[in-house]
Amino acid sequence: MGAGAVGRVRVGEGSGRLSVETEVELETVDLAATPLRELNQRLHDAESGRFRIVNPNGAHAVACGLRAPLDVEILGHVGYYCAGMNQHAHVRVRGNAGTGLAENLMSGSVVVEGNASQSAGATGRGGLLVIHGNAAARCGISMKGIDIVVRGSIGHMSAFMAQRGCLVVCGDTGDALGDSLYEAHLYVRGAVAGLGADCVEKPMRDHHAAELQSLLARAGFDDLDPSDFRRYGSARRLYNFAVDNAGSY
Amino acid sequence: MCGIVGLFCKNPELELSLGPYLSAMLVQMDDRGPDSAGVALYRNPAPDGWSKLTLYSADPAEDWGALGLEVVETRARHAVLLAPGDADEAESRIRAERPDLRVMSAGRVIEIYKEVGRPAEFARAFRLADFEGTHGLGHTRMATESRVTTEGSHPFSTGHDLCLVHNGSLSNHNRLREKLCREGIVFQTENDTEVAAGYLTWRLREGATLEEALEGCLDDLDGFYTFLVGTADGFAVLRDPIACKPAVLGETDDWVAMASEYRAIAVLPGAAEATMWEPEPSVVYAWEKAVAA
Repeated sequence: MGAGAVGRVRVGEGSGRLSVETEVELETVDLAATPLRELNQRLHDAESGRFRIVNPNGAHAVACGLRAPLDVEILGHVGYYCAGMNQHAHVRVRGNAGTGLAENLMSGSVVVEGNASQSAGATGRGGLLVIHGNAAARCGISMKGIDIVVRGSIGHMSAFMAQRGCLVVCGDTGDALGDSLYEAHLYVRGAVAGLGADCVEKPMRDHHAAELQSLLARAGFDDLDPSDFRRYGSARRLYNFAVDNAGSY
Repeated sequence: MCGIVGLFCKNPELELSLGPYLSAMLVQMDDRGPDSAGVALYRNPAPDGWSKLTLYSADPAEDWGALGLEVVETRARHAVLLAPGDADEAESRIRAERPDLRVMSAGRVIEIYKEVGRPAEFARAFRLADFEGTHGLGHTRMATESRVTTEGSHPFSTGHDLCLVHNGSLSNHNRLREKLCREGIVFQTENDTEVAAGYLTWRLREGATLEEALEGCLDDLDGFYTFLVGTADGFAVLRDPIACKPAVLGETDDWVAMASEYRAIAVLPGAAEATMWEPEPSVVYAWEKAVAA
């Protein structure tokens, strides 16, 4: 496909007596020369493999809907909906990502080395999303099991109606964090500009600290101390209709 | 939807290529706004004592020479003309004598061109690649609030050498238009963005700075917007407090660029190494050409 060069990379697996050394082909796809649909079809057809995508130039829907344990590296900035709906795949963006990064992620991982625009990880069901820079507004909106770790800060209305999973923010958050939150766990190291309706600070218990430490380690941020974070969660006052709240609707 | 692009040249050499770069940026925003396209360019200042107008005629055979002004050039159904004296006087005279013509822009350096159709077609018809200039703005429109017409296309003039492009929709534009009409602001369309442009014109006329006028939008405009405002010396960006309409800014030693999406900025030289960031909601960002004292 396309004009991409194909390289060969050796990957060592394991270290015991039964270790095998496998050769995994690295396929390079140049989005300046290859139509996006052709790239995504190739990724959908592959059952395994390593891919490097060059010249994304802000294209939308790069490496979306993957269903196999592929390793995909994207060199440059991507547009909207990168790595959305993926299962099992590991996608790394060496650049920034536009709106809707890893939207509805099911499993696997997505790592962005730059910043992400709004609605990163929205509605995600599983997997891990790591953002090395900042994320804009509505990060983790309606998340349903995804874990999101942001090294920088996040924008307003993040974790709105977040149901399950963890959102870890190593920097600051914008206003209205966790508005109408359900059972997602929020951990913030910096300043919170404001909490949304029904979101409250909660004590950091041992199992929370352990959960946070594990997430920081999985994200590669184990230089940070979990005890510097504060935990936020749902006060569960909006779960059932209360006549006292009638004026709020 | 709608797409916005803006390019401000920090390096004077880039000014020679403003047209081709702005054109390439605009074409990238085609699928955000296939209904109409437009640009505002800041270039070729009128000589001292003169003002510059861009006029539009629905008649493709318009005899621009018959207006008694100096015709600089014509592009599609637009013409750039020089008029002696103040731009207000020239604009009033045109409006009185030729109400069928539309004044697209007035001032000393601005030129506005806009037309229905897709951006690539627009760029060809208006020979965008020919333009040199210090900075420029562009817009591709996906119409929501009013008809697809030349007049309803962006940019909208907001006073001498000022213009506005908008991604979003305003919900209080009818009420605000009535108020502004009482203040003497004249509207040519039913378009919501024209009301925002009229609002800025009114605030600036009343003595507000551009920054104050833009900050006033946060209180007085109801709706969604990412605004890009062109001025004689630069441009300014503002997003509404909810900020659901996209915007990305990029800067290198040679340029500052703004666009709805990064792919419009990706066409610029050195884009991959540019400093990129997303403007915060409710914050006015502005760039101006440094003027030697």
